[in-house]
Amino acid sequence: MESHKESEINGPHSMGTTIIGVTYNGGVVLGADSRTSTGVYVANRASDKITQLTDNVYLCRSGSAADSQTVSDYVRYFLHQHTIQLGQPATVKVAANLVRLLSYNNKNMLQTGMIIGGWDKYDGGKIYGVPLGGTLLELPFTLGGSGSSYLYGFFDQAWKEGMTQEEAEQLVVKAVSLAIARDGASGGVVRTVTINSEGVTRKYYPEDKLPRWHEELEPQNSLLDILSSSSPEPMIS
Amino acid sequence: MESNSETKQHSLLSSESGIQRTQYPYVTGSSVVALKYKDGILMAADMGGSYGSTLRYKSVERIKPVGKHSLIGASGEISDFQEIMRYLDEQVLNDHMWDDGNSLGPKEIHSYLTRVMYNRRNKFDPLWNTLILGGVKKGQKFLGMVTMIGVNFEENHIATGFGNHMAQPILRAEWHENLTFEEGVALLEKCMRVLLYRDRSAVNKFQIAKITEEGVTISQPYALKTFWGFQAFENPTAGAEGSW
Repeated sequence: MESHKESEINGPHSMGTTIIGVTYNGGVVLGADSRTSTGVYVANRASDKITQLTDNVYLCRSGSAADSQTVSDYVRYFLHQHTIQLGQPATVKVAANLVRLLSYNNKNMLQTGMIIGGWDKYDGGKIYGVPLGGTLLELPFTLGGSGSSYLYGFFDQAWKEGMTQEEAEQLVVKAVSLAIARDGASGGVVRTVTINSEGVTRKYYPEDKLPRWHEELEPQNSLLDILSSSSPEPMIS
Repeated sequence: MESNSETKQHSLLSSESGIQRTQYPYVTGSSVVALKYKDGILMAADMGGSYGSTLRYKSVERIKPVGKHSLIGASGEISDFQEIMRYLDEQVLNDHMWDDGNSLGPKEIHSYLTRVMYNRRNKFDPLWNTLILGGVKKGQKFLGMVTMIGVNFEENHIATGFGNHMAQPILRAEWHENLTFEEGVALLEKCMRVLLYRDRSAVNKFQIAKITEEGVTISQPYALKTFWGFQAFENPTAGAEGSW
């Protein structure tokens, strides 16, 4: 009906993805799923939504793939020039502010929410959120994308200040995996990028490395394996 | 005015066409309530940044100092408030660079904001905020409001958004000239508590800010106790099963 359509057009649009940025004691962990969908079709089941801006700053992209890729391309370009002029690595704050500038000044045309995370020698590990509209918020952790709706409650309970790198990575992987379980627009593998004073580490978690949740079963090669391995009553008549 | 020169400077960073239309707010702040008291102005706001119906951000500072003599509180789109703070910081910096012993007072800031908001409204490209500006300069207290369409006025007590409906009746009944600090805080807390009960986008984390001739103080974030101990709350359907 009319009013239903209105609120769909005017309200914040949910965005097909789950992205997470988390600070820990010494750096940051960025996480994302790998599903890019066009309508109901999964155009790319192994996308990389964590994009490099500089050696020490990465960006998680959600929403329109075109918009977020273009923003990240411009910011990478500006940061490259900025690094040359500055004579040292750009700070996470500068990267985040450039993302905000583009997002805010083109707010009527862009449909992308982003998370900036990185490490620099002045402020250590930092996470910045730039949601729809171009607000800039420096946060201990933040969530984004359509899958994030399912994670606010989880983080309210599971998040702690001053986690170790292990704890932070486990939290991010668990969270993205939980979101994938319930959000149709999120799926595929879990990717994480950990950034600290020592550098950047990319990790890849395919299905077999992720936990099973409610009503999910362990994947098998075939029913035939199940039949041959188990004894009475394998088939329910 | 402001945005014209901005888009010319950052042509790579914003659209060439420069035509923008009325937008929609995404991350929004709820009510701000303020009143004049004996020594100056008291202003209160919660720290929520809502994203539609989701209470997404819970530590957003919606009250900020401006120069030496003013406080600004904003409701509405947070990204536009952040941009307004950039404009104001630029004004304050330029004012400081004159190095002439003068400084922008609340009246001047209020006037500047009114012009900015009204001119944006005329271009159908508003800054989606309602702003409360409060301050004290040379013993003169000032409290005013500017809306996204450029409506502006001064009053002894002001509230934005839901606060207009829930807090103003309380303020009209209980505000008087020369409230003490304690009375003012208690009155604001009464308003904020009512908003917490009745405004679904309110969040139980507040800051109260004070501005006097001496300067600005913004409290640390704190939460208010709420009262649920009514018999009628415990047993709302006693005597009328199926009702609510």
